[in-house]
Amino acid sequence: MSAQAPVPLADEPQRRSRLAAVLDSDIAYSFLHSKVTIAAAIVALVIIAAAMLAPLIAPHDPYDLRTLSLLDSHNPPAWLTGGDARYLLGTDDQGRDVFSTILYGSRQSILIGLMATLFAGCLGIALGLIAGYAGGSLDALIMRAADIQSTFPAILIAMLIDGTSRALFGEQRNDQTVFWVMVLAIGLSFWVQYARTVRGSTLVEKNKDYVLAARLIGIHPGLILFRHVLPNVVGPVLVIATINLALAIITEATLSFLGLGLPSTEPSLGTLIQIGQKYLFAGEWWIAIFPGITLAALVLAVNLLGDWLRDALNPRLR
Amino acid sequence: MKLRAFALALALAVATTLPASAVTFRFAFQGDLKSLDPYSLNETFTHGMLGNVYEGLTKRDKDLKIIPGLATSWEQVEPTRWRFHLRKGVKFQNGEDFTADDVVFSAERSFKPASDIKTRIQPAGTKAMKVDDYTVDFVLPSPNPILPYEWDTWYILSKKWAEANGSVEPQPQAGQQQSYAALHANGTGPFIITEHQAGVKTVFKPNPNWWGKPEHNFDEVIFTTISNDATRVAALLSGDVDYADPIPLQDVERVNASANAHVLQGPELRTIFLGFDQYRDELKYSNVKGKNPFKDVRVRKAFYLAIDENAIVDKVMRKAAVASALMISPLLFPLAKDFTRPATDPAEAKKLLTEAGYPNGFEVTMDCPNDRYVNDEAICQAVTAMLARVGIKINLLAQPKAKYFAKILVSGGYDTSFYLLGWTPGSFDSWNILANMYRCRDEKGAGGNNNVGNYCNPKVEELTKEVLVEADTAKRDKMIEEAYKIGQEQDWGYIPLHQQALAWGASKKMKIVQRADNQILFYWFRKE
Repeated sequence: MSAQAPVPLADEPQRRSRLAAVLDSDIAYSFLHSKVTIAAAIVALVIIAAAMLAPLIAPHDPYDLRTLSLLDSHNPPAWLTGGDARYLLGTDDQGRDVFSTILYGSRQSILIGLMATLFAGCLGIALGLIAGYAGGSLDALIMRAADIQSTFPAILIAMLIDGTSRALFGEQRNDQTVFWVMVLAIGLSFWVQYARTVRGSTLVEKNKDYVLAARLIGIHPGLILFRHVLPNVVGPVLVIATINLALAIITEATLSFLGLGLPSTEPSLGTLIQIGQKYLFAGEWWIAIFPGITLAALVLAVNLLGDWLRDALNPRLR
Repeated sequence: MKLRAFALALALAVATTLPASAVTFRFAFQGDLKSLDPYSLNETFTHGMLGNVYEGLTKRDKDLKIIPGLATSWEQVEPTRWRFHLRKGVKFQNGEDFTADDVVFSAERSFKPASDIKTRIQPAGTKAMKVDDYTVDFVLPSPNPILPYEWDTWYILSKKWAEANGSVEPQPQAGQQQSYAALHANGTGPFIITEHQAGVKTVFKPNPNWWGKPEHNFDEVIFTTISNDATRVAALLSGDVDYADPIPLQDVERVNASANAHVLQGPELRTIFLGFDQYRDELKYSNVKGKNPFKDVRVRKAFYLAIDENAIVDKVMRKAAVASALMISPLLFPLAKDFTRPATDPAEAKKLLTEAGYPNGFEVTMDCPNDRYVNDEAICQAVTAMLARVGIKINLLAQPKAKYFAKILVSGGYDTSFYLLGWTPGSFDSWNILANMYRCRDEKGAGGNNNVGNYCNPKVEELTKEVLVEADTAKRDKMIEEAYKIGQEQDWGYIPLHQQALAWGASKKMKIVQRADNQILFYWFRKE
């Protein structure tokens, strides 16, 4: 036992110095000196953490239909007359607790947003690298496809893919399928930006000496791309990814709002807003307003983080 | 020259004064008018809309009393032969004369496979025969004292027009190809359709050659579909439309509080109910394989007992509905008071499911419209949650009515396992309910054409036949009661939910005639 003890100890100084290095970096500096960014990071973290821990902290499980009671529907928030202490932010038209539904709904929205961004990023980076490095007709083919797609609004592409999936799987799709269809639909509508950025950077990088050297010693092009070129082009991609995450969450909410997203028995933020807007005129504002605020706060926070990241990584702005 | 100048001046004067005095009536409904073929879809809204353009041999007045339409009078020559005397001098909107040939043609057309109004002329096998140009005889295989009760929505089409335009066959509800008759209308009624974009808007102009005396004062009527509740209410309040239907229950107060619009509420005769596929040996949409749980009466009863209808009336319908034990409104059946809904009992439901061999419940897909009835999707969601409590997992498929009807009705092959539907008996009589809902049918829909789940009991079938020919009202009511007792309290064939209330929103400038069958017949409306 004692023989193993020095190992973590030996690691300690190195780890500390790595942490110190991070804290000393330009990025950390600019982060710690921007109050807006810190606030945005806290808001985003709180919402994301609350969403991910939803099953632990939500007082009700809105997706468990057995626990819903119609008699508890249309309750106002707890602090208003007629409110019920069990339902902090009130209930919707089916008796779902709005607070719990926001937590569960944000979880769906964030997960779909993250997966879609990841998917769009991987696809865009891969295609951008190939286009930039291979050049010629393959480049033309990929980039013209990107040009064509960028003439359509992203939401239209997402609706197109969603519609195609309905034709393929029939109207009756299970929850799992819908989730992945949404990821695919949103992911496919956002790859263009990544591909363009990565292709541009690759065109610059591929003529640099280190790439030429790697080619001269006969390294496989795939290996050159991923080991040598990719790390040098990935910076701007991070910025796009952050801003795209916000867009992806908005797109998911829009699709759900239009009734194309998750089924109404498993509402996401967009679905909840859609339910709520029917009752807005009737004075039941809490069903739409609270999820609306959550969505706005989340998207704003992620956007601000993206903005900051762009400035921090841009050498010209330093 | 002088004359020409005068004519020009006159034309100019007319052209400049007309727009100022032209009255345009704009209205919005939540669903769309899919097909203009009056035989495509047996649905109140479609019948009402087309009732402004087409006419039947009979009509119904503002109080739903039968009055002469294209027939001026009729009599029973003998119990199995009815004679109809047709109105003379009536012209179709394309200028053709209306004659007995058109009636015979329309009768035959209503029996065609793609027709959704096969049960208008009953019993099956009835023949329409031309006596002369303005007299038609209907020869029945067995007596039917209520033969013309539903003929106000059996609209007469022009034979020549249908033949010339390839529309002898009705447009099927599920059909992709739109026939000529589905896109154009040629009736005898007070209005002409001048423009029709399915799902967007339909424009009506008054028919200058109509035989009747117009009560309306419109120069143009524009119908648009506004499916979003909030948008429809906003359109009414802002004056974009003069009439909107339905007003969502949660917005009734707000509309009534506004300065320029109000809500006309009244009882509706429509019953909203749930039905099961009791026919297929295996449900199409369920995780139970090799058998059909809905064939077991205990499962049907369990579903019935699991659903808390009072909560639906209170919360989803905001008390603007009356819970119903029957498939017919108590306003239409004098013995309805003998029936009561059993109290909701989830524990008993669970027990029944266990006895039937489903202690852990099962999964089934529910078909539901989302733009047809008041809060239809919300009702389905509430039902989904209530059934979840007894272990039944419902996969809810809520669709716009055009897709929904095309799936679950005859033209879609009754493609459903569990569904929500609303029904108003077109004759305002129980025989319509028995014939459409409780009578057995075959796969093509012969028999109980709208018996989607094919509830079938020979005893009820027998009673249905007897009810049709029975002339003694008291005896007839007893028979109907017995049929309902079997169909509901013994077989639990359907789950009747409630009769919804009408909620029409109208501008205060409008004079509206609201009929309890919810048909929108704007030839009675006026705009000040």
